[in-house]
Amino acid sequence: MEKTGNPIMKAHSGGTEPEMFRVLTPEGEIIETIDGKIDKSLMLKMYESMLLLRTFDRKSINLQRQGRIGTYAPFEGQEASQVGSALALSAGDWMFPTYRDHGAAIIHGQELYRVFLYWMAHFDGSICPEGKRIMPPSVPIATQMVHAVGTAWASKLKGEQNVSIAYFGDGATSEGDFHEALNFAGVYKTPTIFFCQNNGYAISVPFEKQSASKTISQRAAAYDIHGVRVDGNDIFAVWLTVKEAVERALKGEGPTLIEAITFRYGAHTTADNPNIYRDQDEISTFWRENRDPITRLRKYLNKEGHWNEEQEELVIKQFNELIDAHLQRAEGHPKSDPLEMFNHVYAKESWHLKEQKQELNQILRKGGKK
Amino acid sequence: MGKNLTMLQAITEALDQMLGHDDRVMILGEDIGVNGGVFRSTEGLYEKYGKDRVVDTPLAESGIIGSAIGLALNGMLPIVEIQFLAFIYPGFEQLVSHAARMRYRTRGQFGVPLVIRTPYGAGIRGPELHSESVETFFAHTPGLKVVAPSNPYDAKGLLISALEDPDPVIFLEPTKLYRAFKEEVPDEMYRIPIGQAKVVQEGSDLTIFAWGAMLREALNAAKKIEAEKGWQCEVVDLRTLYPLDRDTIVQSIKKTGRALIVHEAHKTAGLGAEIISIINDEALIYLKAPIKRVTGFDVPVPPFTIEDHYLPTVDRVKQGIVETISF
Repeated sequence: MEKTGNPIMKAHSGGTEPEMFRVLTPEGEIIETIDGKIDKSLMLKMYESMLLLRTFDRKSINLQRQGRIGTYAPFEGQEASQVGSALALSAGDWMFPTYRDHGAAIIHGQELYRVFLYWMAHFDGSICPEGKRIMPPSVPIATQMVHAVGTAWASKLKGEQNVSIAYFGDGATSEGDFHEALNFAGVYKTPTIFFCQNNGYAISVPFEKQSASKTISQRAAAYDIHGVRVDGNDIFAVWLTVKEAVERALKGEGPTLIEAITFRYGAHTTADNPNIYRDQDEISTFWRENRDPITRLRKYLNKEGHWNEEQEELVIKQFNELIDAHLQRAEGHPKSDPLEMFNHVYAKESWHLKEQKQELNQILRKGGKK
Repeated sequence: MGKNLTMLQAITEALDQMLGHDDRVMILGEDIGVNGGVFRSTEGLYEKYGKDRVVDTPLAESGIIGSAIGLALNGMLPIVEIQFLAFIYPGFEQLVSHAARMRYRTRGQFGVPLVIRTPYGAGIRGPELHSESVETFFAHTPGLKVVAPSNPYDAKGLLISALEDPDPVIFLEPTKLYRAFKEEVPDEMYRIPIGQAKVVQEGSDLTIFAWGAMLREALNAAKKIEAEKGWQCEVVDLRTLYPLDRDTIVQSIKKTGRALIVHEAHKTAGLGAEIISIINDEALIYLKAPIKRVTGFDVPVPPFTIEDHYLPTVDRVKQGIVETISF
């Protein structure tokens, strides 16, 4: 069986690695000036946020194995992309995540227990906190990218200082909506940030089979918009890139397409077996040992004296407690009432839904199962 | 006060008044700006309201509908024009997977107040894929509403209601009727409620249910049958196709005991089947004869050289009436 065996991630680029923006090397060295833009407290926030997400992600996989949540899409390995991009946003910015971007959503203000509710297949799992603009995870591929053009377009028309960010993977760049979104955003110069986490695979299909273009960021040129290729496991580089994209957008300079090179260590979802289509252990081990976003920042912080083992242990303990508290809240959330399926189809319930709701209600009463 | 207007002019007037009434209203579509639309339904609006409110978009139905969803999420009131109904297919996913479901997915937190206007139906001698009547696709999608006016007065009133509706509305404009006739249309911004059918002609022997361009065929057939046989047909214009106005349908059957459904959409799984089902559920014991359908055939709408043979004609409708009443 044909597998992509090159751990250097042939899947990303057809065998070669075109240049990408990098600030923090895997050894924890800063190789680009950050001009004081990232201070110590932001660095610690970045680091702790990535730790929180990794703890959450691992916990979620275990919960799925225990049958306490449904099928789950893990993102371990992509923490720098999700945290770095989300921390560069303002509270009122619009976020359009996919089913793998609950990490970004959490950092942008989504509550952990809601994310659990989503994976527990609870109706209330797609609600975001009052005043936030975090859309439900998009399940179809690339469709949400055009919505992010629309919300950004409205922000521009209304003179509001907000951007819209759309998350998507490398597979989405083959969809028509990827093209339509970039084209519309270019034409109307909308303050939209297109943030691709290129993790090399669209389930089983490697990027070299997905596209003949060497990179995703180069496609920005076709729409005459700004394009950047960045090391998606380098949180400094991601944050600086998205921050710059936000500034460009707010200055009226239009959209940016960002390609963040990263990798998820685990499967596409808990229902997927990647060993069928790639040398999972070899590639994951390579990335974990050589590119990990958390390890490299920890190396830097340790060297600078900003972080130590004790802090690490304490913070992870706190995160575990926090996550458990949210899990408890989610597990204590009232069970979905079957009659809820009739709510919110329309702003005002019409006759046929009213009656069908009544019909189910009678069945439930007779069966005593409600 | 009012003016004699065609359906197109009534639609243009509604759009003009809505743009003038509320700054959040935007019109988006292909060729709708400088060109005023291929049928000229947006004529003069670009000059009056400018390029940010009457927007000539790139040629991309998914992009148009998808970005309009975003505009609606963020406080605008977009009205999208899709040039012909069969051109909506590239945007179909946006409609069924997102526009229709956003309120549901966010438990009422975010709605999509969006209107999609599109010419539909045969009888205009159009090229391939310019004459489809696939309202069933949308009437099968929870979260959408489907409206199809049959005259200038209703078109204006229903369009204003569609824009004020908090949910996405597919507004099907029968192309054949755009310039077919004029009628008096009031100057003010009036509303026709979505979800209400209209008894266009009272009768006691049989009810004909129709909408859009087929309403004219229904009325003409009813007139001829009355002249020839003295039978009096009630004619009901459904106006809203989803959700249907069950009460008006059932009341009319209780009165006449017979029904004929006329639609130009394909027969199988067309809305006629749904209407028959409603009558079975609610008024079976009032029926004196099986319910008949006179519809387009289950074939792709054929080339215009023979499209008249695809469409229900007055003669086919008359035949249906005779068969039902003499059952």
